[in-house]
Amino acid sequence: MSDTATTNENLHPGMNLGYSGDAEHAEVTVFGFWTFLMSDLVTFGIVFAIFATMKDATAGGPGPAEVTNLTSIAMQTALLLGSSFAFSWASLSMKYHDIIWRTLGWLAIAATSALGFLMLELYDFYHMIKEGAVPQRSGFLSALWALVGLHGLHVAGGLLWMAAMTGQILKFGLTDQIKSRITRMGLYWHFLDLVWVGIFSMVYLAGVA
Amino acid sequence: MRRVLDKLELTARNREEYEERRFYTIGLVLSVVLTVMSFMSVMTDYLPVTWVFPALVILALGQILVHIRIFLHIDLSRQKREDLLMLLFTILLLGIMAFGTIWVVGDMNMRMMQGH
Amino acid sequence: MNFPFGRLEWSDLKPVHLFTHEFSIDNLVGSGAAWMVVIGALAVAVLLTVMGRWGWLWREWLTSVDHKKIGIMYMVLGFVMFARGVAEGMAMRAHQTTALNGGVLSEEHWAELFSTHGTIMIFFVAMPFITGFMNYLIPLQIGARDMAFPVLNQISLGLTATGAALCMISLVVGKFQIGGWTAYPPFTGSTFDPGPGPDYWIWAIALSGFGSMFSGLNFSVTIYKMRAPGMTYMRMPVFVWTALCTSILLVFALPPLTVAAFMQALDRTLGFHFFTNDLGGNMMNYANLFWMFGHPEVYILVLPAYGIFSELTSTFAAKRLYGYTSLVLATMSISVISFCVWLHHFFTMGNSATINVAFGIATGIIAIPTGVKVYVWMATLWRGRIRMTTPMIYMTGFFMLFVIGGLSGMILANPAINWQVHNTQFIVAHFHNVLLPGLLFGVFAGIHIWFPKAFGFRLHETAGQVTAILWIVGFSLTFLPLYFVGLMGYPRRSSGFEDPALLPYMYLTLFGALLIGCALLGLIATLWISIRQRDKLAVPLGDPWDGRTLEWATPAPPPPWNFAVIPHIAERDAFAREKVDGKPFVQPPDYKDIHLPRNTSAGMIMFIATTAFGFGVTWWMWWLVILSVLVVVGWFFVTSFIEHDEVTIPAAEVRRHHNAWIEAISLATPVTRDHETDSRNRGLADTDMVVAS
Repeated sequence: MSDTATTNENLHPGMNLGYSGDAEHAEVTVFGFWTFLMSDLVTFGIVFAIFATMKDATAGGPGPAEVTNLTSIAMQTALLLGSSFAFSWASLSMKYHDIIWRTLGWLAIAATSALGFLMLELYDFYHMIKEGAVPQRSGFLSALWALVGLHGLHVAGGLLWMAAMTGQILKFGLTDQIKSRITRMGLYWHFLDLVWVGIFSMVYLAGVA
Repeated sequence: MRRVLDKLELTARNREEYEERRFYTIGLVLSVVLTVMSFMSVMTDYLPVTWVFPALVILALGQILVHIRIFLHIDLSRQKREDLLMLLFTILLLGIMAFGTIWVVGDMNMRMMQGH
Repeated sequence: MNFPFGRLEWSDLKPVHLFTHEFSIDNLVGSGAAWMVVIGALAVAVLLTVMGRWGWLWREWLTSVDHKKIGIMYMVLGFVMFARGVAEGMAMRAHQTTALNGGVLSEEHWAELFSTHGTIMIFFVAMPFITGFMNYLIPLQIGARDMAFPVLNQISLGLTATGAALCMISLVVGKFQIGGWTAYPPFTGSTFDPGPGPDYWIWAIALSGFGSMFSGLNFSVTIYKMRAPGMTYMRMPVFVWTALCTSILLVFALPPLTVAAFMQALDRTLGFHFFTNDLGGNMMNYANLFWMFGHPEVYILVLPAYGIFSELTSTFAAKRLYGYTSLVLATMSISVISFCVWLHHFFTMGNSATINVAFGIATGIIAIPTGVKVYVWMATLWRGRIRMTTPMIYMTGFFMLFVIGGLSGMILANPAINWQVHNTQFIVAHFHNVLLPGLLFGVFAGIHIWFPKAFGFRLHETAGQVTAILWIVGFSLTFLPLYFVGLMGYPRRSSGFEDPALLPYMYLTLFGALLIGCALLGLIATLWISIRQRDKLAVPLGDPWDGRTLEWATPAPPPPWNFAVIPHIAERDAFAREKVDGKPFVQPPDYKDIHLPRNTSAGMIMFIATTAFGFGVTWWMWWLVILSVLVVVGWFFVTSFIEHDEVTIPAAEVRRHHNAWIEAISLATPVTRDHETDSRNRGLADTDMVVAS
């Protein structure tokens, strides 16, 4: 199990951070997480489909054009992509340089920009509430809030996870266990980015167009 | 002799690191370009209105592929067949479910004038 | 609304109704059931205290991460809920028999009964049963020590138990919903039913749904990654194949249900408009989502039973399974096609003919792989040396009845006919006809086969046979008449009827239901008799039926580490091959220390916290909701800082245990198949099977 030949192969999705010991265990864990993400992808896909069936159900209330602030969406997109990229950088410095502070620095950047994303999203929601575009107003708004909110909740959960990861890195150092967790976290983070691509293209941009 | 070997290993590691960082940067650049094109297609008038939606779909799919290949490291190598198969199977089922839903409920909306 | 209790009031406590409400049979049944839950729970608690078994229960079972114990706990959970489900079924039959212009129960109570009966039987009987089997068998059959994620496995059990607990609580506090097991809005929306019923349903389903999804994830990763060396995909036992397909279905089919349940919860609790009939809500979306889960669910339930029947035919016909490859392909195609047929549950919703026809054809196609399976089993039995023991009796019943059920399904697949019999008792007959012989008979047959493996003694054969025949006859008398009742136009779920011509059928089904009640007692009696005679029935050597797969190459019950040494697999039916070659039980050259995960209370914490969550949302006790969310999130946060530790079983102990077993085998006399049901069978088979190579 611990021979170096296997540790250099990419046995699982996401970045392989080079395990010193039990690469097989990491492979199983990451594959399990990958399966979870696939299930989550189906969840998102279905909420997307529901949104598609309800996009015209505005019931006389605000429509897509009234609730979309494209500047804010563009900024959120940039922040989320930036966060995703910073996370890759954190993983890479973990893989090639065993310097904890460098990894933590990149993690902090990733977390800050994701926090910025959430703030902007909450700000958008706040504006929508002020304009009466609450989810109770129409089927369309229910679907919009549910879809965007589901993604936002995932991001918030990810932030919590990142906080836990920071603590764990400080406590355990860059062990195999931590590396496996960082790999999974990375998959999760890029996955949320991928879902966001769907949201900004199919919900906001297509809604305004 | 030993020091030379150490140094060689170090450079090899650095080259690998360089390759990987370059790989990620390409991913970032591609994502940014595709995103900017998506926003441009809506926020400017370069594209005829009828082409906007297809363009958005193609750009989004392109970006999703970039993310899957570069950020999620899914490729066609043998070790990752199971992961790739899982992904393809998910896409198949999602296709059935999502398009099925839009087909079925869309048809119903049309026949029952729902949502207006 | 007051602080600690939300919208809960004293009058919601059902046991009190017996004294505060006017006496009627309806009240007696409703309040009596609540009393039974309360008294049952108290009796178990008192029994545990008197016997001083609380510590034992906690250490040996509730906190165990051993997949075998978790599997057994799933089965126990399934049986407790099954007893309730059967009792409800009998109450419903009693009501319908008296329902000519009336009936013994009130209409609302009747509606509550068919809703709880359906919900419980699908989600908290059938699902725990198949999950229990998969838990117990997958690692043993693939030659692994445990699941890929043992702690997650325990959490899944906790979440499933949460759903069951919420259903039980609804019997005592408040009431369950009355919209059928499918709970279609807007009938279950807050406008028509503001009460706690639909909320109980939503949270029981959503929370246990997470559990099922994680089970599926766990099983599929286990099968993908943890197989013993040499066990390629095409060497896996058929049960493992069906388990793999079911697991993948669980991973992908549960999300639509979860989404539907959460959207329904948002509608009800926060006033969203997904499925309401105003402000752009679209209730058709619910039917669509529900059945996108609901149809794969049918195959989730029945595929493992197919797996059991496959193992059963080849074991009890002492033949290699005929057409392994076609069976595997059939299983895989069933799991994909099962995602393409969901609309046949609502042909009458008003879709255009094109859509109805497309889904009708897809439904027809799914009969092909299922037919392949039936032929595979028949060909396996052909010229086999069949032993007509209890599992084979169930198999025979399954064969005859399941084909009828399947054919009635083909009738229903035709949209034009479906329009005629839609929502009649014909449907009730059809799905009971598929699920009872298909799933339940498979489960009972499986219990007879693997009970000796799990507990070290066989189930009493005569008692088992009588029970099996009671099930087959009871089922036939209860549900086959409903086909005719349905064709005569009796709608399902209606509390009464006016046509006296239906009465004979109703008496017949009531009689059948009584037989089913006897069959349930028969199961309990079988267990009781077997426990009393456990010394006579003991099979400690572990292979009572001349089995073919790896789980029989272990003592009964297997040690916590399953295998002293992980086996190397060279062929399908690995254990059968070894027996034919005359070297089934060998001592490995050396033993190694075995590491097993340590017990954890994770599952119980999740169980308590999520039950509190579900109860809190249902009754608007927001403090409880917040508290339970904090517990769940906090638990994950805190445990991530604790390093996993393991229990190490020293090599010497593994050696001692293994040697004792090998020695017992060398001293024992093997029994031939003619004597496998008498007391000479100690679990060492004098094999007479032939393995074609």
